[in-house]
Amino acid sequence: MDKPIFSVHCLTKVYRTGEVEVFALRGVDLDLEEGEMAVLLGPSGSGKSTLLNIMGGLDHATSGKVHFRDQELTGFSERQLTRFRREHVGFVFQFYNLIPSLTAWENVALVTEISTDPMAPEEALEMVGLKDRMTHFPAQLSGGEQQRVAIARAIAKRPEVMLCDEPTGALDSKTGILVLEALWRINEELKTTTAIITHNAGIRDIAHRVFTFKDGRIAEAEVNDRRARPAEVSW
Amino acid sequence: MSVLDRKLLRDLARMWAQVLAIALVMACGVATLVLAIGAYRSLDETRAAFYDRYRFATVFSGLTRAPLQLKTRLSSISGVSGIELRIVKPVLLDIPGMVEPATGIAVSIPDFGEPAVNRLYLRSGRLPEPGRTSEIAVTEPFAAAHRMAPGSRFDAIMNGRKRTLTVTGIVLSPEYIYAIGPGDLVPDQRRFGVFFMPRTALAGIFDMTGAFNDVAIRTQRNVDLRAVIDALDTLLKPYGGTGAHDRDDQISHMFLDSELVQLRAMAMVIPPVFLFVSAFLVNMILTRLIALEREQVGLMKAVGYGPMAIAWHYAKLTLIVALVGIAIGSVAGNWLGRGMTDLYARFYSFPFLIFRQSLDLYAIAATVSALAALAGSARAIWSVVRLPPAVAMQPPAPTRYRSLLGAGSRLLRVFSQLTIMALRHLIRWPVRTLTTALGTSLAVALLITALFAFDSTAFMVDTVFTRSERQDATLSFSTERSPRALQEVAAMPGVLRAEGFRATPVILRHGHRERRLVIQGLVREADLSRALDKALDSVEPPSSGLMISEWVANLLDLHIGDIAEVELLERDHRMAAVPISSVVESFIGLAVYMRTDALDRMIGDGPRLSGVHVAIDPSQLSKLYETIKRTPAVAAIALQGLSRERFRETIEENITIMTTVYAALAVIITFGVVYNSARIQFSERARELASLRVLGFTKGEVSSVLLIELGAIVALAQPLGWLFGYFFSWTVVEGFSSDLFRVPFIIDRSTFAASSLVVLGVAALSALIVRRRVDRLDLVRVLKTRE
Repeated sequence: MDKPIFSVHCLTKVYRTGEVEVFALRGVDLDLEEGEMAVLLGPSGSGKSTLLNIMGGLDHATSGKVHFRDQELTGFSERQLTRFRREHVGFVFQFYNLIPSLTAWENVALVTEISTDPMAPEEALEMVGLKDRMTHFPAQLSGGEQQRVAIARAIAKRPEVMLCDEPTGALDSKTGILVLEALWRINEELKTTTAIITHNAGIRDIAHRVFTFKDGRIAEAEVNDRRARPAEVSW
Repeated sequence: MSVLDRKLLRDLARMWAQVLAIALVMACGVATLVLAIGAYRSLDETRAAFYDRYRFATVFSGLTRAPLQLKTRLSSISGVSGIELRIVKPVLLDIPGMVEPATGIAVSIPDFGEPAVNRLYLRSGRLPEPGRTSEIAVTEPFAAAHRMAPGSRFDAIMNGRKRTLTVTGIVLSPEYIYAIGPGDLVPDQRRFGVFFMPRTALAGIFDMTGAFNDVAIRTQRNVDLRAVIDALDTLLKPYGGTGAHDRDDQISHMFLDSELVQLRAMAMVIPPVFLFVSAFLVNMILTRLIALEREQVGLMKAVGYGPMAIAWHYAKLTLIVALVGIAIGSVAGNWLGRGMTDLYARFYSFPFLIFRQSLDLYAIAATVSALAALAGSARAIWSVVRLPPAVAMQPPAPTRYRSLLGAGSRLLRVFSQLTIMALRHLIRWPVRTLTTALGTSLAVALLITALFAFDSTAFMVDTVFTRSERQDATLSFSTERSPRALQEVAAMPGVLRAEGFRATPVILRHGHRERRLVIQGLVREADLSRALDKALDSVEPPSSGLMISEWVANLLDLHIGDIAEVELLERDHRMAAVPISSVVESFIGLAVYMRTDALDRMIGDGPRLSGVHVAIDPSQLSKLYETIKRTPAVAAIALQGLSRERFRETIEENITIMTTVYAALAVIITFGVVYNSARIQFSERARELASLRVLGFTKGEVSSVLLIELGAIVALAQPLGWLFGYFFSWTVVEGFSSDLFRVPFIIDRSTFAASSLVVLGVAALSALIVRRRVDRLDLVRVLKTRE
């Protein structure tokens, strides 16, 4: 493989709330390769979300460095981070974070309007199997459908990385599999580098690599010899 | 302190900015009520007390000349409790350092002892000594305008002779609270003064020894004034009595009354509007504030608090906000009211000031505000308390939006998704959108109501002085003169044009309605003093019959063709019947015109002039003034140019006070509505906005969603505000009208614009403050929490 798309060195993050210091990350090193699908596993509070947030430009590190290709994210200003998110990253969250006043199509268009080389919103929605639900508002969609709209919104701008924080956390397994199928397909077809956070060990099999977090560190990194399709996974 | 109360205090501390904004809006409502009605009542009370303590007369009459022996018969009129027979004469003044002549009235006071009616309040110095023909007491405003003190001297032309007078005392009189010169529209302290001289001295100067030409009577309480007036008229008729009247036709009282009417009009219209607006805003804001507390209510219920305990908790929050507002409003209203009353008292020269604490006003204002706040929050509290705890702790189900034009509509694609977000949000909550717009529009309306008075008065002054009363000065003769006097005046230096006029005081009757007024005789093709038709174009008086103003027509229920009865007050109360031939427009006084020849025919003693209107070459002014000061036949001079300035100043001064106060309050209201509304919108949509930030939208783009909404609401509020402003202003104008003047209803476009600009400015400021919150959004926290 080529040069990693993300490289993280000695990353630490300390939250200070009042007089208490919480070490969320205690020196993390990690490379993500182009086109790779990585699953970050671990109990809550182990630091995986903090890492994802910093990689996605949503949060600042306390020390250490994160490089995205040749650029050092950890040195970015607020404005540069906004630009980075806008141009390179697609996010998927546990609670979908759709805009309730916009239809599925419009939620996707929200992002394509500000992207340089987006796909048509219809196309993105088709990839997640929601072409016939385009004119529905979030309140008219099931949880799984909402999450798939969120995925369509994330991929529509053809991001280089997809960062997904517990994308199936609020869904039952059947719906969750549909969502993972969508992510899998995008990774396969568009070669989008994808990092998925989960505390659901069953999902690990769909990744190229699995990182297990514990107490703010990566406790274990393993490579899957054979990736399972989401449909083969169960939890 | 219970834990819930601690939560209450901390909530208040956390939301202090919003609490303060709501409280301020409430305070505005309370303050305007306390201020406006309080000032009106205080002024009314002060006047009543001054009248009472200084024995202001209740019936007045002028006459030509009568012997003092008449006093016994006059005193025996039933109901009379005090009587003063006086000499009242006009004088021309020559004040050092003043080019234009000033005019004054000399009034006699008893040689010894206090007058039985119309007593004087001695501000400084002493009253003149009997027998001294050069000592006088002057009214305070005149003295102040000329920096006179006891010992000051000036010249006066009295009965054709120049005399040097020495001021011995500065006084205030209940009879001349509003001291207004002949031909003037408002008091001009510099050019008009009232002087008091012992009767023997004044009688000597004016050849009135043993005689009087003015009666002031104080009656017992509950006496039929009509009967006293009739008895007085009968007794004075042989002596040239000009018709007795009560306080309603006494100039100072009349003017003061009209001011009070205006003050009351303001007090009756504007504060209730404010109170209503603030109640409405508080209601709107608290509803939304408590709706945001949903989860906390769920939690409280979950741990076992009953619905009543929770409801009471929020009711307390509401009541504390209301109390803060009521307290601020009461203090501010009291302070402003005191200041305003003080200002008015000084303007009208009252010797003292009674500031009345109107407890009922505080009670009304407090009750209305507290009830509005409670009613507002009750709905919200109830809707939240009613939910089962598990449901309440969940975020509310995603809002169901409807599409504007059909969700997939191509038409929508011209808008950015951010704009669509904003618009859908507005349409999804139409009641909220409309009420916010309504609240903002009321702020616009209040500003218009506060500002339009300038337009109306400017228009009135402009119309009166450039179209109707175009003369530079009006000379009044001490007695009516033959038409030859016109040539004499025309020959004076600097006189470019001279137009004679005749004016005669009458009682105009129609059926049981009557009014004391002056019929103005207008010459044909008059150019200086003209009547105006309803389109405000100059109009010639008809060859016969009366031309009356619309106000008089309404007062006396007269229409064209009706026959009015005219009682000639200076001609032995002779009666004449005159038809109404046209109705014209007039903003000032009770205007009734006749052509001079018709008036002469009606009076029946041949052509006579009461005075002359003149146009003056400004470069010759001082020469003309000199000539006039040396002309005994001229009893008074009114300078329209100065009058006009003075009039404008006075009215603007009065309006400015009110306007400033109301405009400041309107700004606070705008801020209260717009800031709170934007702030609540922000709280409700923090998650959505954070999502946008995560998706890579810049702070500016994210703020634009809020700003578009805010902008749409504020924009919607403008036309609404203009409409309401138009209506409120109209109501105020209606309340302003009095016999003395009517304010035309004029609102300049610039007033609409200025009002809108103020509101837009305040809205922009609120938006900026909220924008700073968008900048500080904590993305990670917002996304991690489930709302």
